[in-house]
Amino acid sequence: MGYPHPSHPRETPVLSKHFGEPEARTLKGWRDRGGYVALEKALKMDPAEIQTIVKDSGLRGRGGAGFPTGVKWSFMKPDGKQHYLCCNADESEPGTFKDREIMRWTPHALVEGVALGAYAIYASVAYIYIRGEFTEPLEQVRAAVKEAYAAGVIGENALGTGKTVHVHVHQGAGAYICGEETALMNSLEGRRGNPRIKPPFPAVAGLFGQPTTINNVETLAATPHILNNGAEWYKQFGRPDNPKSVGTKLFSVCGNVARPGNYEVPLGFNFGEFLWDLCGGAGEGREIKAVIPGGSSVPFLTAEECRTAVMDYEGFVAAGSMLGSGGVIVFDDRQDMVRQIARLCRFYAHESCAQCSQCREGTAWTTKILERIAAGDGVAQDFDTLLSIADNMTGKTICVLSDSCATPVVSGLKKFRHEFEAKLKASPNVVSFAGTATAAAAPRAAGPTV
Amino acid sequence: MTYGPSTPKPSPDALASHGAHHDDHGPYAPVFAAGTAPRAELDELLTRYPNKMAGLLPALWIVQRERGWVSDEAMAEVADALDLTAAYVKGVVTFYTMYHQHPVGKYFIQVCTTTPCHVCGAEGVVDAFLQHTGCGELGVTSADGRYTVIEVECLGACGFATPVMINEQFLESVTPQRVPEILAALP
Repeated sequence: MGYPHPSHPRETPVLSKHFGEPEARTLKGWRDRGGYVALEKALKMDPAEIQTIVKDSGLRGRGGAGFPTGVKWSFMKPDGKQHYLCCNADESEPGTFKDREIMRWTPHALVEGVALGAYAIYASVAYIYIRGEFTEPLEQVRAAVKEAYAAGVIGENALGTGKTVHVHVHQGAGAYICGEETALMNSLEGRRGNPRIKPPFPAVAGLFGQPTTINNVETLAATPHILNNGAEWYKQFGRPDNPKSVGTKLFSVCGNVARPGNYEVPLGFNFGEFLWDLCGGAGEGREIKAVIPGGSSVPFLTAEECRTAVMDYEGFVAAGSMLGSGGVIVFDDRQDMVRQIARLCRFYAHESCAQCSQCREGTAWTTKILERIAAGDGVAQDFDTLLSIADNMTGKTICVLSDSCATPVVSGLKKFRHEFEAKLKASPNVVSFAGTATAAAAPRAAGPTV
Repeated sequence: MTYGPSTPKPSPDALASHGAHHDDHGPYAPVFAAGTAPRAELDELLTRYPNKMAGLLPALWIVQRERGWVSDEAMAEVADALDLTAAYVKGVVTFYTMYHQHPVGKYFIQVCTTTPCHVCGAEGVVDAFLQHTGCGELGVTSADGRYTVIEVECLGACGFATPVMINEQFLESVTPQRVPEILAALP
């Protein structure tokens, strides 16, 4: 449901079914709603069997990358080593606030998914890394873990099955980059949150150097439903012509929109219907100008592109963007896109961990140029500079934060170039050599240095 | 566009207290002294991880909860407790935005101004807090020591623009009009 708004009839609430019900936060309330049945079932199965079911279900990572969850789990073999499961609850992609709602309303759904996932990858220990600013989710999940331990649901001899699954909550301390999986592991180990070079991939050498799987909150919260209802049941959600994207997905909607909130729909939903019917379009008397459909790191869509886009991994790519984390940011016709893109880049400049030069320098440089253009001091040459910096920031760094900063710049310059041009200085800072002998040999006049 | 610092500024008093003295100007009193509740809490936390270093972020959180900020002396103490060096601990503290490296106001107010909130008018909320707290400037603690206001990057509650954190309290859908009433309700 689109808490705080009531559920829309076109929604398919699976994960969000109990949002807004305070009783669902307790162990008893969660059990009354069918909780921990899947965990008990899972703990009596062979982990490889669980991996197969999740693989067959077609569930893909809901954190942004969309990697098939069952395939990720199947990298983990019973090799006698200490394995770890990390739950990425560092939700910090601007525009995304779905994991927050899962944790604050249904913390046991997460604890169950985490325990189930840990068992399925032969891990006896799981950590839930929650961002430091999430005070209420931290409180709820900590309470749920405590309750689950006290009732013997997790821990040694979980649910009386003789299996051991420990679940611990780890609080982050304010860093967007810790949502990157290898940065998260470094942070959990007590280090600065710098992403690691891959390979080795976490499945080989992850947390504390041991084989590790990292899954997003929404991904893990979906697995008990799959165990309970079967892979076929999960596959029914999605468009018939695209078996690659199935299941329900939470979309967080924010910005200049009539009814912001979380909405759960099957993948393959029409984005136009979603934006204008479910979310009510832009506010009273306003029109939608642009939308970022999958968290701040994905390209813009124009209102026209939104009308026909299909809400799944492939559909958003076909429309020219990405599904990402499902954070839908709406910009209405009042918004100055240059200023908004500058603000986005400032976010990345602030959050760069600074270990790669392209990112450390590129995010700050891009922000400075954009802020200068926004202030009316830009020259046409800035566009080439921005695109050149963006090119040097893409695909050349340890993680994709740098790419994420380049994305809105490139896509903004393509789709809203007229807004950039309208802000350029009326008389460019060019010295005229017209009519002099040196004119032909004159070097290109330099714009102001940045 | 003018932006403020994302971390609070040290007040002249705080700068003076850096070095040999703690914020109360007395000798440094350890947070994790044997037999105390914080020590027991840290010992329990350390059972969750295969090594002591992983206890660093949790230990720093305990320090900040107990003392309101993380001083150089506290970093040295944490380093000692976890078999790390003080320089290493400082390197970690400075990476994360939520650990205060100098004292802040009794109420530490963080207003989200990242894009989704920015388009919904978060700047007006920042201005209202600066005006009504008397801080006047971002990152500066008010003269009475009661408030520090900063802009913060994405608090992860974008559908409830503008979210504001006052210490541990998380407020949703804050508008400039609500600011006086919010401040008046603080004890």
